[in-house]
Amino acid sequence: MNPCPCFFRLGKGRRGSIRFLSPPVFLSSDLQLLQWGSEGSLNHRDRNSTPQPLLNPRGGLLPCCPGAGRGRGLGAGREAVTSSRRRKNMAGASGLGTGPGAAGGDGDDSLYPIAVLIDELRNEDVQPPLENLATVEETVVRDKAVESLRQISQEHTPVALEAYFVPLVKRLASGDWFTSRTSACGLFSVCYPRASNAVKAEIRQQFRSLCSDDTPMVRRAAASKLGEFAKVLELDSVKSEIVPLFTNLASDEQDSVRLLAVEACVSIAQLLSQDDLETLVMPTLRQAAEDKSWRVRYMVADKFSELQKAMGPKITLNDLIPAFQNLLKDCEAEVRAAAAHKVKELGENLPIEDRETIIMNQILPYIKELVSDTNQHVKSALASVIMGLSTILGKENTIEHLLPLFLAQLKDECPEVRLNIISNLDCVNEVIGIRQLSQSLLPAIVELAEDAKWRVRLAIIEYMPLLAGQLGVEFFDEKLNSLCMAWLVDHVYAIREAATNNLMKLVQKFGTEWAQNTIVPKVLVMANDPNYLHRMTTLFCINALSEACGQEITTKQMLPIVLKMAGDQVANVRFNVAKSLQKIGPILDTNALQGEVKPVLQKLGQDEDMDVKYFAQEAISVVAQRLRKLDFPVKDSGEPSVPRADKNHFPRPRVPGEDTGKGPVYPLHGDTRDTLAQLEIAELVHFSQSRD
Amino acid sequence: METKLPPASTPTSPSSPGLSPVPPPDKVDGFSRRSLRRARPRRSHSSSQFRYQSNQQELTPLPLLKDVPASELHELLSRKLAQCGVMFDFLDCVADLKGKEVKRAALNELVECVGSTRGVLIEPVYPDIIRMISVNIFRTLPPSENPEFDPEEDEPNLEPSFGRDPRHGERLVYEFFLRFLESPDFQPSVAKRYVDQKFVLMLLELFDSEDPREREYLKTILHRVYGKFLGLRAYIRKQCNHIFLRFIYEFEHFNGVAELLEILGSIINGFALPLKTEHKQFLVRVLIPLHSVKSLSVFHAQLAYCVVQFLEKDATLTEHVIRGLLKYWPKTCTQKEVMFLGEMEEILDVIEPSQFVKIQEPLFKQVARCVSSPHFQVAERALYFWNNEYILSLIEDNCHTVLPAVFGTLYQVSKEHWNQTIVSLIYNVLKTFMEMNGKLFDELTASYKLEKQQEQQKAQERQELWQGLEELRLRRLQGTQGAKEAPLQRLTPQVATSGGQS
Repeated sequence: MNPCPCFFRLGKGRRGSIRFLSPPVFLSSDLQLLQWGSEGSLNHRDRNSTPQPLLNPRGGLLPCCPGAGRGRGLGAGREAVTSSRRRKNMAGASGLGTGPGAAGGDGDDSLYPIAVLIDELRNEDVQPPLENLATVEETVVRDKAVESLRQISQEHTPVALEAYFVPLVKRLASGDWFTSRTSACGLFSVCYPRASNAVKAEIRQQFRSLCSDDTPMVRRAAASKLGEFAKVLELDSVKSEIVPLFTNLASDEQDSVRLLAVEACVSIAQLLSQDDLETLVMPTLRQAAEDKSWRVRYMVADKFSELQKAMGPKITLNDLIPAFQNLLKDCEAEVRAAAAHKVKELGENLPIEDRETIIMNQILPYIKELVSDTNQHVKSALASVIMGLSTILGKENTIEHLLPLFLAQLKDECPEVRLNIISNLDCVNEVIGIRQLSQSLLPAIVELAEDAKWRVRLAIIEYMPLLAGQLGVEFFDEKLNSLCMAWLVDHVYAIREAATNNLMKLVQKFGTEWAQNTIVPKVLVMANDPNYLHRMTTLFCINALSEACGQEITTKQMLPIVLKMAGDQVANVRFNVAKSLQKIGPILDTNALQGEVKPVLQKLGQDEDMDVKYFAQEAISVVAQRLRKLDFPVKDSGEPSVPRADKNHFPRPRVPGEDTGKGPVYPLHGDTRDTLAQLEIAELVHFSQSRD
Repeated sequence: METKLPPASTPTSPSSPGLSPVPPPDKVDGFSRRSLRRARPRRSHSSSQFRYQSNQQELTPLPLLKDVPASELHELLSRKLAQCGVMFDFLDCVADLKGKEVKRAALNELVECVGSTRGVLIEPVYPDIIRMISVNIFRTLPPSENPEFDPEEDEPNLEPSFGRDPRHGERLVYEFFLRFLESPDFQPSVAKRYVDQKFVLMLLELFDSEDPREREYLKTILHRVYGKFLGLRAYIRKQCNHIFLRFIYEFEHFNGVAELLEILGSIINGFALPLKTEHKQFLVRVLIPLHSVKSLSVFHAQLAYCVVQFLEKDATLTEHVIRGLLKYWPKTCTQKEVMFLGEMEEILDVIEPSQFVKIQEPLFKQVARCVSSPHFQVAERALYFWNNEYILSLIEDNCHTVLPAVFGTLYQVSKEHWNQTIVSLIYNVLKTFMEMNGKLFDELTASYKLEKQQEQQKAQERQELWQGLEELRLRRLQGTQGAKEAPLQRLTPQVATSGGQS
């Protein structure tokens, strides 16, 4: 719902198709050096079926949400690196390494994932293949190679670092193709702290030259690592070298480079004193806040809290607040939205004694205008944080100045804005109590509850428990209860499901007595509904509520209904009865289980429908276990036992489809499984013969 | 001169930009892909360029250029150019109506004047002209209204200053720029002081504009610039490379890829032989990876044209290109697969038999995979290869390699495919094979059938084995002693046979 406008970062949104890395291609003067893998390697995408732990491309469309789907698979690779290293080192294996050439295997396997590659190698052999991987075009692969190299660098002794690692970084930094130089940018900061002074000077020199590299890709990489590199430098070097680089990058001809300099600004500012900040950094930052490209201004808005903390209160008051005002009325909605997001944090980070006046006088006028902004994303960004201001401004200011804004936003035409206000009600509740709002709240909630978009309805359902807690049981019963029941018969399954969960949370909040009086009867009535979906909703509600309601209500009120529904003419209802019985079994006592549940389940176990039969049998085994646990000997030899019940006598062949726990066992295909089966059969035969 | 451009025609409108002809994009999909997305209400925002223009000075109409004596002409020209450098907000259609009208009239007159009058372009007006153009067209493009803008489905965000009315401001500026570049009086040696690398870079950034009309103008203009400023050629190529690489590996968003490729197509056309390494690198490291981009359909026709241009220049690149395409062959996107097949056919149309031999096997394995695609358009497109006489002759010359690579698939798909058209197409292909080399065909049929039989037999044995096993297990579980013997007896011989096979 919230589009993220900042697609201009390093790293890219991933395409849908998965591509694996190509063999490292070295750029040389002649094209003949291009190495195509053997024919098989060109079809390597067929390997999708084999586990590929490393090359999970980053998920998510928006690169500005780092971490989304990223790197999870890569963890496995890292483990492989460390564990293999440890294992080999402990074993003292010191045989000659086979070298990088033989490392990955050729042909098909030249594209083998990094983790596996590294797993086969000893520590000092890891670098060369990683160096190659750090030069490939595919960004994910390169980033991962750099990450691994950074880890390896920590394992080096200072001597080894200078002997092996620093030359590698230099090679990458002076590579022909931009890919190796971008990779080098990320490696300077890890080798700098432990290098000797002479080498340090060289490293700084190289970083400097990459900052003014010819290709924008490299400058972007350098700009994104500038802050990190500044942190490991001596303060003098920061002042004399990093600051000029920063100034240059911040006035680069490409806005994609300039915006990364803003990020670096935060790290650099943390290192410098107030006076230095004023003279060395602020001119550039002021310029960035008024950059002609909206992307750079967006970045300033996006990083505003970090900048504010790094710059300290004095500069904040003199420079940043006016800049922030400009960002709040920027001509691009993206910038305004980013700035609006920061309103609350800005307030929180201000010095406590002045913050009320600063916000009241310098920020609030702009906020008032944003409430009626033309762009809905701006309004909803504001709505998501504006409630937070009430704690900062105190009760009176909130009632006088903020409350009208809340009310205006509650009536906003865009549902997202209203939702954001409602979802943050707790902030206001602490300061002025929710009663002030309840009169305006109700129409807003009702409208959202009946919104035509089911996602909006879903969102408001999720806030119901919170609202109920703050509005109190009386208000709830009077105004909102009917809504909650109406959701149970929504035509969208997701809404019905959410409504069911909602009931459970409400019962937890208001107690079993309330449930018995208000919720349970209504739910149980639905068991007679002509629509089978509604009848099933009754079952789902019972599943959710039984635990919260306790044994008595479950046994006396719910169970009879469930048992009655076992005779339903729709099979879906019947197997859900079986599922429900399995679910509420643990809450019931033995008498009910033995006397009522079991016969019904046994009947369902003979049902003509395959699924009903299956779920009934599953439920029987669970119930039987429970009874056994309750120390009630059961005699159920007559009925076929459930597949999983008994494995003691001999091993069952592993069969696909078994894991899903459903249906009959299907024959296997594929040669490996074939052999496996034969082996197992042979074993089986042997076993039974020997027993005889 | 390292490259030569085709002789530039003198177009007056961007609809005939004088670039080398580029085939229209293939209609790859029989379905109309009408967007189901609700049209977003247009948000009223202003282009970033108006941010710093707060000077709403009054423009007063100046005398017409043709009415003044030649001695005052250039002074008046400069004043008119200065007038045209004043910016207006074209979103706000009621503000400054008078000023806009004055500017429009002046621009119209300038376009007219530069296009028709000789002797207007003298050295002192160059800086004024370039300044006027820069002020008007260079700006930071506003954020896209729609972050997931799909150029195929969504309406582009038309630049307001272009307006629906063709007489509107920015369009006239581009028109003027174009006339300026194409004027017989235009002197690149003078202009190169003002049209420098920075200018070109900003021009290239504008290619990201969502407005296709603007990109069309930019394309023609850049083409002219490339043709006239020899010193900028390498720089333009390099910056295009950067844009493409960023597009492929970093942001995946750039609206003007098709236009840039179109220009490059004509540039490649003019490359001198033998090709420089730089150009080959461009093919292998930029053009081929461009195939992997998600929005390929938008610029595929232009891309394929560039690739084919390269191959026509230097046939030895064929193997690299085809292996590259096979490497990036789409696995899930059938629409792209059809495009790849189309491009492959274009390549095969110009391939040399000696090159064909090098790639025939992997290529036809891929073609066979496409034929067995459940998506009938993919299968159909692949089968169309056999309608191409040149390809057919290549296949015939190498049938001992090609036939075995595709035969099994064709035979199987002919029995199984759900779509009747595909089945009949395959029959035709098989018939062609039979006529091509009956003996080989018979051999392949026989070995295929044998293989199938063996497979079936094996599958059957496997199934029986499992059934027996399952029965055995059930009896075991039930613990009934007597029933144990029967399945065992049935099982034992089978174990022996299947064990012998494996």
